[in-house]
Amino acid sequence: MSRLHVSLPGLNMKNPILPASGCFGFGKEYAKWYDLSVLGGITIKAATLEGRFGNPTPRVAETESGMLNAIGLQNPGVMKILENEVPALEPYNIPILANIAGSTEEEYIEVTRQISSSPQVSAVELNISCPNVKEGGIQFGTHYKSAADLTRKVKAVSKKPVYVKLSPNVSNIVEMAQAVEEAGADGLSMINTLVGMKLDWRTGNPILANKTGGLSGPAIKPVAIRMIYEVSQKISLPIIGMGGVSTAEDVLEMMSAGASAVAVGTANFVNPYVCPEIIEQLPKLLDEIGVENISEMTGRSTKQWRTPLSSR
Amino acid sequence: MKKHLLNITSNIEIARNIFEMKLTGPGVGSMTTPGQFLHVSVGNQSSKLLRRPLSICDVDLERKEVTLLYRAQGEGTKQLSHKHEGEVVDVLGPLGNGFELAEMDKNKHALLIGGGIGVPPLYYLGKHLKKKGIEVTFILGYQSIEDSFYIEKFKEIGETIVTTVDGSLGIKGFVTDAMMNVVENEPVIYSVGPAIMLKAVEERAVGLRGYLSLEERMGCGIGACFACVCPTETRESGYVKICSDGPVFKMGEVVL
Repeated sequence: MSRLHVSLPGLNMKNPILPASGCFGFGKEYAKWYDLSVLGGITIKAATLEGRFGNPTPRVAETESGMLNAIGLQNPGVMKILENEVPALEPYNIPILANIAGSTEEEYIEVTRQISSSPQVSAVELNISCPNVKEGGIQFGTHYKSAADLTRKVKAVSKKPVYVKLSPNVSNIVEMAQAVEEAGADGLSMINTLVGMKLDWRTGNPILANKTGGLSGPAIKPVAIRMIYEVSQKISLPIIGMGGVSTAEDVLEMMSAGASAVAVGTANFVNPYVCPEIIEQLPKLLDEIGVENISEMTGRSTKQWRTPLSSR
Repeated sequence: MKKHLLNITSNIEIARNIFEMKLTGPGVGSMTTPGQFLHVSVGNQSSKLLRRPLSICDVDLERKEVTLLYRAQGEGTKQLSHKHEGEVVDVLGPLGNGFELAEMDKNKHALLIGGGIGVPPLYYLGKHLKKKGIEVTFILGYQSIEDSFYIEKFKEIGETIVTTVDGSLGIKGFVTDAMMNVVENEPVIYSVGPAIMLKAVEERAVGLRGYLSLEERMGCGIGACFACVCPTETRESGYVKICSDGPVFKMGEVVL
């Protein structure tokens, strides 16, 4: 078995790298740049029950070492995704993590029922953390009880393992993680974007038509590292880490914090080849620190501290 | 589609905050279609991570040199304007779909209308059309004389009408104020500029055929991030992606 191999519920990955949801479409655009079969897996763009157009433009604004987006979950709807988008990924033979979203509990449940029935879908990522839609999304992800309730109901219908994607826009990320663990989640994805805003100083108006958006990119990586570090010590679920990862060094840092796999988001826009370049670089970095298998990296930080930082 | 590392051969200010950057490298050989754009990185030393979509203004295939014109307005383009000859620029492209010239088989007159920093791609397009034996008329709109550029170069290709908002050069007003006499000859329209200008152009060109090239803030530039969508009534999905379905669309195809 390859030294980069990692195994998570439903996701048997030849390396720990997968593109993050919303940053890679359904894969076909990047397939024009490289062979997607090199990836450890792929997270596809959020599916809702019906097609959604999303928010008005401008939908992106650049910030220091990052960007704000307010796309608004634009997607063709779960049926068309299953008809057109998922089958197109078949030749690459990589695990598919299907991100699902909704305005109501019923919508989440129905989307999960449909998408988890596809033999091609390996696991479901429950998006309770999108900050850019008026209904649903983050409102399920910022209250412990509603997050746990939704997780329980989605788990009841899902034919595949369920990863809950947590929002960093909460006062206590550990309690949120514990709530969804108790509700039966199979894993966590963390973190989604941080809610932010940018104004045009000349006019005083927000750049984004949606006014606020989700901050991503290297600017948020320290927040992601801290949250993964704290959460991983208090729960026993595997974590797919994400938030500002753009280099192989970032991947190993995030795994050290407690992630078992790592998703790459905004960096795909900066460099379309970033995922294969990271995958190629990883063995060299492991050699440099004398680690044989990448799975040994997970949670190294907490193993090295006698008193975990989170309990101080 | 490819990523290229190109060498800067010159980068100079040609009008107020308007820079002309010339770049050379083997990748230039693929940049043969007017209306396409390059997604330009400010550089990995910058905190500005996203690329800038800059339309191709001119290509010299023999010298393997591409010309980009850009306005140094935000922090990223200002950083770009400080780059010197010999520095390397990382670009993706050519991206997007350029102007279709097939329409010109039936019509021997083209009207090319550009506003502000929308003007540059009309230069490469004008050269292509002229080479096909098409009569080309330009209407170029600027804020004022200080903001105007490339007028003499456009005149070498065809008749060039200039408008400025403050009247400091050419006709006082907008590009649409200069359209009336020219559209009588029923030319094919090619127009690039902000959406509000394109909408006005479309209204003045009722019954004519033509193409519009749209501007929008972009993320990935390759159709994956859904940042630069535009509504349309002509496709089942209800939208187009400006970066990968466009940036050039037929007149009437998108809702401006």
